Formats: sequence, structure tokens, C-alpha cells
Amino acid sequence: MMKIRKLFAVAALITGGLMAAQVATADDKIRIATEGAYAPFNMVDSSGELIGFDVEIAKALCAQMKADCEIVAQDWDGIIPGLRARKYDAIIASMSITEERMRVVDFSEKYYSNVLAFVTADGSSVVVTKEGLKGKTVGAQRATIAGQYLEDNLGDVVDVKLYDTQDNAYLDLTSGRLDALLSDKFPAYDWLRTDGGKGFAFNGEDIDINDEIGIAVRKGDALKDKFSTAIKAIVADGTYAKINEKYFPFSIY
Amino acid sequence: MSWEWGVIWQYIPRLLDGAWLTLELVLVSGLIGIALAIPLALMRASSRTWVKAFPFLYIYFFRGTPLLVQIFLVYYGASQFEAVRESFLWPVLKQPYWCAIIAFSLNTAAYSAELFRSAIQAIPSGEIEAAEAMGMSKPVQIRRIIMPRAFGIALPAYGNEVILMLKGSALASTITLLDITGMARTIIARTYTPLEMFLAAGLVYLAISALIIALFRFMEYRFNRYQYYHHTDTPEDLDPQLRDQHIDS
Repeated sequence: MMKIRKLFAVAALITGGLMAAQVATADDKIRIATEGAYAPFNMVDSSGELIGFDVEIAKALCAQMKADCEIVAQDWDGIIPGLRARKYDAIIASMSITEERMRVVDFSEKYYSNVLAFVTADGSSVVVTKEGLKGKTVGAQRATIAGQYLEDNLGDVVDVKLYDTQDNAYLDLTSGRLDALLSDKFPAYDWLRTDGGKGFAFNGEDIDINDEIGIAVRKGDALKDKFSTAIKAIVADGTYAKINEKYFPFSIY
Repeated sequence: MSWEWGVIWQYIPRLLDGAWLTLELVLVSGLIGIALAIPLALMRASSRTWVKAFPFLYIYFFRGTPLLVQIFLVYYGASQFEAVRESFLWPVLKQPYWCAIIAFSLNTAAYSAELFRSAIQAIPSGEIEAAEAMGMSKPVQIRRIIMPRAFGIALPAYGNEVILMLKGSALASTITLLDITGMARTIIARTYTPLEMFLAAGLVYLAISALIIALFRFMEYRFNRYQYYHHTDTPEDLDPQLRDQHIDS
């Protein structure tokens, strides 16, 4: 009996110690989550490092704030729950500022603006209007603005398919399971320039849905204002433009 | 963190839509799985090496790789080949529903085949010898003795496999299907209430497994009747030592 008690005591000590260690890191470090499957904004390179526009912006902001940051990867559809569960302190993962999200998290000022665009096979006869898409299969990533736009505006006429990652949606577009893909324009722009995107092109007008991309933090967290100030600072001193230039020949701010 | 009961009530009808798809996936792939498992099990129980080889490799592969990998291979893997996309199979492989059915059927067939194989080998040899003594040919033995007996022996373990398959069917959500899990994740994408929706989804899964458990209880009772038989004519004053524990309990 005594032995079991001792064992419990040791176990409690160890877990207590670990928890204390975790709290300590949470105190002096800003932990930032990104998805890692949303090229060119956030992705994983061949050595397993997180790279991309979001990651570079995150690093620039941390440098601006003189803060010690750690960037972690987190699956997209669990990214807000993870923030609320204090697994990290901020999300810099090309997240659109929406009313629904504002109910559960706070957002900094925007760090870029997004538009939606349809992608179809190059020269496809599909006309991307409500009439033209009737009965077609159209894909988007789950838990994104594009996915919700599809469900809300075309859900009654098209067969909506929602994917866990943008990459899986691209795979199904190339295999022909999808007649069209609705996506944020900039990552699609990047994909269309790769080998995988050969034979595909934007179709129709951009859909401007007044979509601003911000940094999500927990409700009431002072980090919100710190990030907003830092964003303005890196835009003003040209750091932002330098990062922008590496990815797109046009400004996305 | 606030708890919102409202969203559960609001979205329960959509979760139940998902439950139909889950049930359909489990039922259809379960039936195809059994149909595949029986010949595989019979081959696996054979004493000839060349007959045993194929089912051995098949079972080894499908038990040895994760179901998620198998689903991805069928859905995303096959569609990468031009030859597949132009073949007559494409209308079927194009649909996530059939890809899920194919992956689940092949997977459950491997596990069930192994269950049936062990059940076949667990049939008391006296019963097979009796069948032989009666002059039954091998096919007649399989039909009259081996299959019904193996089925009865395998039932409890097979019920287990069906419940595992029910939970494995959640992986259908990774290939765009809106089963219970897919539906829950799509709803969460809108409401940001993961705890509430996953709790509701979990309860729906629990309800379905309760149904499956009840169904298998009932089948066990039917197919293994001899185990549940009660003597009604045992004299009250019978010497306790003469009672058959197994039958009278």
C-alpha cells in the first residue's frame, strides 16, 4: 500500500513539475500557431521547417515587438479550439476576420486582404455563375471563407465538397472529381504556377467579399493591440513590402 | 469557456442525416466484407500452402496498414493514374461514397476472415468426424456443419469487429463524406463549438453501437440457442450434483 502511495506521490511530483515547466514557457514566450498546408502563406519545407508568407510576417512582427516567439503547426479545423485551450497564444495562419470567429476570438488589424476566385480546367466550358454551375461539383476547404461562401450562395444548386486541406482539394480538381474549385485567390495563384496546376486557370471575376486577414488571439488578450501596432510598423518601414515582393508581384495588403 | 446547449438542438437533425450515411457505410461494407471474408477464411483454413498464401498476404496487408492510409490510397491514390481515370471503373471510383465502401469492405474482410478462420479451427474435431462418418462430402460439410458452427462461434467476436468498423467509419469524413464526424466537423467550422458538437456526435455513435450490441445479443441467442436452453422438466428435488450447470443455470 505504502509503495503505491509513494508511486502516486512521485507521479504527482513529475506531472506537477512538467506543468510548471509548461506554464513557465507560456509566460516568457509567445506561441504562434499556423497551419502548414496553405502555400505560399504557410507550409512545411523539405527539412520540416515552417515557412511561407505568414511565417515570415510572424517572425517580422516578433522582431518588431522584440518578443521571443515559437511557431507551431496545427491542423486547420482545430486551430481556434487550440487557441482557446491555451495551446498557443496567437494564430497567424491567413485567417479571415469574420463575425462568427469574432464571437470566440479577438483579431488584430488586417495584415493582408483576400479575394476569392474560381479555378477550373484551362478552357473549361463551365461558366462560374449560379446558372452555369447548376448540378456541378464544386470544392473548397472546410472551415474557410470559400467553403462558407459556397454553402451560403451556391449550396442549393451545386454539390459542395469540403476538404480537410487545400492540397486535397487540388488533388481532386486534377483528378476530375471537381468541376471547379473555389479558393482564396493568392494561394491558388501560387499553385497555378506549379507543375500540379498545369492545365488549370482562374475562371470568371474575382469575388471580393471584403475579406481581411488578421491575427487571432484569445478574447481580451493585450497581444491584440501589440500585434496591430507591430503590423503598422512593419508596413511603414518597408519590411512588409520586402516580404510581399518575395511571394507576389502585386501588393496584397 | 461557455457551454452552448442551443447549438446541439439546432444541429441534431443534420447530425442524424450524417448518422444515416454512417449506418449505410457500415451496413453495406459489412455485408460485402462478410461475402469476401467467408471464401478467404475457408482458403486460410486449408492445409495446402498454395491455397493459404493469397489470403495470408491479403490479411497481412490489410491488418498491417492503417485504415486511413487504405482510404487515401483508394481515393487520392488511384485517381492519380490516367489509366484509372479513363477506365470503366472511374464512374465508381470517382465517388467518395464508393471509395469509402471499397476501403472499408476490404479492411473488414481481412479482420473477419481471420475471425472466421479461427472459428473454423475451433469447431470440435468430433463434429467434423461425425459428419464424415455420416458420409457427407466436403461441400456438404461446409454448408451444413462448418459454416453454421463457425458462424455461431465467431459471432461475439464479429460483433466486436462491427463496432470497431462503426468507429472506423469516422475516417470517411477525410474524403469529403458527410457522415456523423464529417457533419460534426462541418458544423463546428461554422459554430466553433467543438466540445458541444463532438459530444453530440459521440452520443449518436453510442446510440448506434447500442443498436449493434442489441442486434448481436439477439443473434447470439438465436444461433447459439443450445447455450441458453433451459430445462423445464428438471425435478425440483434432483441431487444438485446431477444438475448440469451449463444448461440449468
